[in-house]
Amino acid sequence: MITFESVTKRYPDGTVAVDRLTLEAPTGRITVFVGPSGCGKTTSLRMINRMIDATEGRILLDGVPVQGIDPPTLRRGIGYVIQQAGLFPHRKIVDNIATVPYLLGWDRKKARATAMELLERVGLDPALAGRYPFQLSGGQQQRVGVARALAADPPVLLMDEPFSAVDPIVRTNLQDELLRLQSELNKTIVFVTHDIDEAIKLGDQVAVLQVGGRLAQLADPKTLLSEPADDFVREFLGQDRGIRRLRFISTAGLRLRTDLTVAEGFDGSSPERWLLVVDGDGRPLGWRSSDRPEELEPFGTFVHGTDSMRAALDAALLSPSGCAVAVDERGRAVGVATRQALDEALAEAADG
Amino acid sequence: MTWLSSFVSWLGEFFGSGENWSGPGSIPVRLLEHLEFSGLALLLAVLIAVPLGLAIGHTGRGELLVVVSANLARALPTLGLLVMFVLLLGTASIWPVIIPLVLLSVPPILVNTFEGIKGVDPELRDAAYGMGLRGPQVLGRVLVPVALPLILLGCRLSAIQVVATTTVAAYTGLGGLGRYVIDGFATKDYASVVGGSVLIVLFALVVQVLFALAQRVTVSPGVSQRLKVR
Ligand SMILES: Nc1ncnc2c1ncn2[C@@H]1O[C@H](COP(=O)(O)OP(=O)(O)OP(=O)(O)O)[C@@H](O)[C@H]1O
Ligand SMILES: [Mg+2]
Repeated sequence: MITFESVTKRYPDGTVAVDRLTLEAPTGRITVFVGPSGCGKTTSLRMINRMIDATEGRILLDGVPVQGIDPPTLRRGIGYVIQQAGLFPHRKIVDNIATVPYLLGWDRKKARATAMELLERVGLDPALAGRYPFQLSGGQQQRVGVARALAADPPVLLMDEPFSAVDPIVRTNLQDELLRLQSELNKTIVFVTHDIDEAIKLGDQVAVLQVGGRLAQLADPKTLLSEPADDFVREFLGQDRGIRRLRFISTAGLRLRTDLTVAEGFDGSSPERWLLVVDGDGRPLGWRSSDRPEELEPFGTFVHGTDSMRAALDAALLSPSGCAVAVDERGRAVGVATRQALDEALAEAADG
Repeated sequence: MTWLSSFVSWLGEFFGSGENWSGPGSIPVRLLEHLEFSGLALLLAVLIAVPLGLAIGHTGRGELLVVVSANLARALPTLGLLVMFVLLLGTASIWPVIIPLVLLSVPPILVNTFEGIKGVDPELRDAAYGMGLRGPQVLGRVLVPVALPLILLGCRLSAIQVVATTTVAAYTGLGGLGRYVIDGFATKDYASVVGGSVLIVLFALVVQVLFALAQRVTVSPGVSQRLKVR
């Protein structure tokens, strides 16, 4: 657990970057610091590993004040990932990952073996081990940065906008990978971002900071979206706060109709305007409209019970039928969420 | 006789003469003298300028020294400095020649080492500290390997300069390849002038090649980005 006790950082020029910050980052959880540029996110993060020293207050690591620990020793026990990866250009990837194990005096062979394991763990081809950083793409370098931070298996991981310099698709992948890794590793992670969507996706709890370094709200993402503490937070969350909230509403309770599904080659008549055509395995093929039964229209799917209401709504909007196809984990249709059903679920979401 | 054919015949005369291959004034002796003066001066300059440049670049303290030395190097006349030291100290030892040579070759090494270290991407320096490296480790394990091309460039510039200036040192009555040129002019022995000049040029070329080799061996392919993506 990382504890901020009324921590203030005043730079020599008088700028107050962090103002009496008090919060806890619980063990095994992801705590996200989010806020507009210059609100003191990086400063707060770097005070944990003493890259910056606090002016007032204390930061405790499992109850031990970091101010009392020799900085290099402290940092070797804390993983640190920065925006541009910051890999050592003169070292091969495997040696970059093994940086901290080497510093800790591990046997070279063991350090390299650990590095190779981590390379795979972060989703990279082991063949990249012998390359130099300049031979990797930005996204690959960022993965190496994460592997390097994890190499000595530190309990705490600090990440400062680690995914903001890569394109949106790669960023989504990296975020998913981080969540997957975290489900295996259970690190205490402090993650800095200025992107509220990233904060909501990754955070077990989100700390919204305000320029001047004041904590505006500390809450889990769902609470943050439904009960913003003040106008600043409300404005920062943006206009589509309601839509984002749908991410936290399960589709398990969504009412499905199973009488709208027909097999491929169906040629009968039906009072329904839209029918879902499925193949022999039950996988959806398309929507059949009673106006033009010879042509199938596009469809959208969501995994029933696993995906959120946001995904269900998205699926509905992808089809001219206005209905979303509920599928199981293997992609077979289990039913159809009609507009009516979605409407009911949305009404419920708006209430609670 | 055209200019070229007289050049060739002078060369033949110079390199063909048996006198030039044995005895105190022979080519091997002069080469060794040249190597001794310039090598010693360069070594001393490296020993002074590299640690100084590393320390100033890493700590940011004493930057004024780098600026002053760079400007002095541009302002000081090489020959004037040599003559002054010889007049002050006489020619009993080689030091009146070595000291000005060292003074001349310190600035390029100092400036380039300093700039190399200082110019390393701050993000990289930051990452090194963030991983838990201590100050000297950051310098030795990250900054120096990354700045090495510039440090070597400084050394190479100085080496070329020293080799050239050692030629001028012959004015003061010391040995080295410059003797052929200066004595040759004095006695209108143009074969000696031409042969000596060619030797000096070759010497400088060899120095360049040696530095290029050293660069290949010591600079990481990750820094020089020599490798193709495999
Ligand atoms: N070394 C410094 N000296 C003086 N002021 C500084 C220094 N570093 C940061 N600041 C100031 O402190 C405040 C907080 O900076 P910080 O880098 O923590 O912001 P941030 O939230 O990480 O911003 P961004 O999203 O742009 O990275 C800013 O006003 C910044 O200008
Ligand atoms: Mg920042």
